[in-house]
Amino acid sequence: MNLRRDVFQAIADPTRRAILVLLAAQSMNAGAIAANFDSARPTISKHLQILTECELVKPDPQGREILYQLNALKFKDVDQWLEQFRKLWEIRFDQLDQVLNNMKNKKS
Amino acid sequence: MNLFFDFTIDKENQIIRVKREFAAPLKLVWDAWTQAKYLDQWWAAQGWKGQTISMEFKEGGRRHYRMDGPQGELFYGVTSYDKINLHQDYEGKELFADKEGNADSDYPQSVYTIVFQSQKEHTFIEHVTTYPDMEQLQAAIKYGFKDGCINAYSLLDELLVKS
Repeated sequence: MNLRRDVFQAIADPTRRAILVLLAAQSMNAGAIAANFDSARPTISKHLQILTECELVKPDPQGREILYQLNALKFKDVDQWLEQFRKLWEIRFDQLDQVLNNMKNKKS
Repeated sequence: MNLFFDFTIDKENQIIRVKREFAAPLKLVWDAWTQAKYLDQWWAAQGWKGQTISMEFKEGGRRHYRMDGPQGELFYGVTSYDKINLHQDYEGKELFADKEGNADSDYPQSVYTIVFQSQKEHTFIEHVTTYPDMEQLQAAIKYGFKDGCINAYSLLDELLVKS
């Protein structure tokens, strides 16, 4: 099976990406997740199913309800996320260099 | 030109520290950080558009802005300005907000300080962000990469190659 392709398909959808972002902040049940979207509840359930199938999200049964959480194994490498943060700053600062250049040129 | 850049993470204390040199006098760098018309030109990363909705750069003031992504993504943020020493440093909070500018407590919050230092014709800044806990830091990183439009595919690609 091509797991990789599955994961790409999973995150190609903006709603599924948004669900991942929500779950990054905290684990939630399907109802709480759905409350953040205009889509019908079954649509959100389908998204959760796809995310679960490719192991980006893990269902965690808590009594009668199921909480969805990010799969720590897939996302465990915090350093890689941090590396993204560094890139974000690098990009910002390169843009700021440009803005400062324009400001200097305007002054002279 | 090679400009100094340093990025360090203190995971124990949930701190991200960024230092950067700019080839411009302090006054210009300060203005670029504290005036909406300039911030809108650089704060959002490639592909995204940042737009200040309202801004009052004074102690107790804040900037409310929106970020529009290349695929129709949209979110709102608030930067508060809690303490300001003109042309030296300022500090405040970074918050996710709604379109009216109400802070959303479900999303990551952080406290930042930024210090400006002049060195000849150049300016050095040190920007320090402190997150209340590791979960918030991790969440912010995910927002950060969303905010910054770092390509999710290449990121997962890296993760998958490693695993």
